[in-house]
Amino acid sequence: MQKSPEPFFWSLFAAGGTLAAFLTPILVMLTGVAWPLGWAPARTMEHASLHRLVSHPAGKFVLLVFISLTLCHWAHRFRFALFDLGISGGRRTIGFLCYGLAIAGTLAAVLVLWKS
Amino acid sequence: MNAIRPTETSAARPFQAPMPATWWLKKPSYVLFMMRELSSVFVAAYSVVLLVLLHRLSQGPEAFEAFRSGLKSWFSIALHLVVLAFALLHTFTWFNAAPQSMSVRLGEKKVPPHLIAVLHYCAWIMVSIAVYWLLTRPAAP
Amino acid sequence: MVDERAMGDETIRLDVHRYHPERDQRPHIQSFDVPYHEDWVVLDALNHLKNEVDGTLTFRWSCRMGVCGSCGMMVNGEPKLTCATFLRDYWPQAIRVEPLANFPVERDLVNRIDDFMTKLSAVKPWLIPSKTKPSETGEFLQTPAQLASYKQFSMCINCLLCYAACPVVGLSPQFLGPAAIALAKRYNNDSRDAGRREREEVVNTHHGEWDCTFVGECSVVCPKDVDPAGAIQQMKLDSMLSWYRRWLTPWQGRG
Repeated sequence: MQKSPEPFFWSLFAAGGTLAAFLTPILVMLTGVAWPLGWAPARTMEHASLHRLVSHPAGKFVLLVFISLTLCHWAHRFRFALFDLGISGGRRTIGFLCYGLAIAGTLAAVLVLWKS
Repeated sequence: MNAIRPTETSAARPFQAPMPATWWLKKPSYVLFMMRELSSVFVAAYSVVLLVLLHRLSQGPEAFEAFRSGLKSWFSIALHLVVLAFALLHTFTWFNAAPQSMSVRLGEKKVPPHLIAVLHYCAWIMVSIAVYWLLTRPAAP
Repeated sequence: MVDERAMGDETIRLDVHRYHPERDQRPHIQSFDVPYHEDWVVLDALNHLKNEVDGTLTFRWSCRMGVCGSCGMMVNGEPKLTCATFLRDYWPQAIRVEPLANFPVERDLVNRIDDFMTKLSAVKPWLIPSKTKPSETGEFLQTPAQLASYKQFSMCINCLLCYAACPVVGLSPQFLGPAAIALAKRYNNDSRDAGRREREEVVNTHHGEWDCTFVGECSVVCPKDVDPAGAIQQMKLDSMLSWYRRWLTPWQGRG
């Protein structure tokens, strides 16, 4: 009998961390720094070209997985970080809140991508 | 489980100093650890921004234009630079820690940890180039 | 090598943590000037103090060559084996010597470590043989590759420097800790062992491997390059894979 559900949560943390490590820097760079400063072509943030990517089922899937798992990565790491910062009480409540926010974000992503 | 207990004398009075909440400020490696943990906040923050971007995108060109122009403000660019710094901290600490998490052996020999890290960095560069291409390639005629 | 006669009468100051519970309410630091020798280690300085200056100075040591694990202390705030820490790397600055962090202090530089001994026994650090290979059938054969898969984790000398370096040990007193979990991994990886399931009861728990947040300092301070942080992360991966195997293929025998 599995002693702990931690392996499952840790797997979400690990998957989200891996996705974030590979994808977050280039996305932040492109959308938040390069395009606003004119270093990237205009079509990077054109409604038409982005809409094309997001309409594709593969695009929706990748974006959903990326957003959901990076939020799960945060939830897991943040709940431990709060403990490391000296907040020793309410660990279960904090856990519920953190994963709850990650679930809420996932649901929001599903809604947004469904109607895209 | 058998606990091993020392012979207690009347004079035994073990002392332990409590651990302060500022323990992580005492050593540079601890500070780096805490910054690494907090990088997850910035990673998640960007995913939320991305979610908002997708939401505005789905609302049509006018709504998206309002969002887009917000990205051009100096405030937004500065925030994204902070997010980028923490995202890079996450990437570097993740890839540098990866070799310790896996034990890749070829028979007796262990694959050198540096090689595993270097392979991660190479894959990261290739993925970044692919994403750049995907987002900036000319539209199909 | 080093010509001791060439050394002048230089000294180095040691700031030593003192605590005699029968007379002290709290610990305090006592400063001593010790003769400086280029080839002396901190342990030499402590023994000089005990032999020549204050016979009540209390500390643990044994082999003085880095294999017994007895002489671990905090040197300028870093967990070190005092038999392997040279005065010359600090001179002429003073050296602060304190007992290992994250453990209660019994007296002077001596920690109370029975909590660790309990945690160590809890992971069953011995070969648990499979019921299908009793000793009557003969010795186990083990290839060099099979040995290599656990050898690094078998080098632990129980010096507890890793426990002193790990903030989670300080924050979460029930945490099993780096050495105990690394030793569990050592036996799990041994081809002669069949006890992984038994050890899981203790290690695959909230205060087992899942309290660890991979700070990594344990591996940095380990004098034997055991890499307990690596052992723990690999164990998390093992637990994750077997969790998924059980949920996705419940009809298979427990993997």
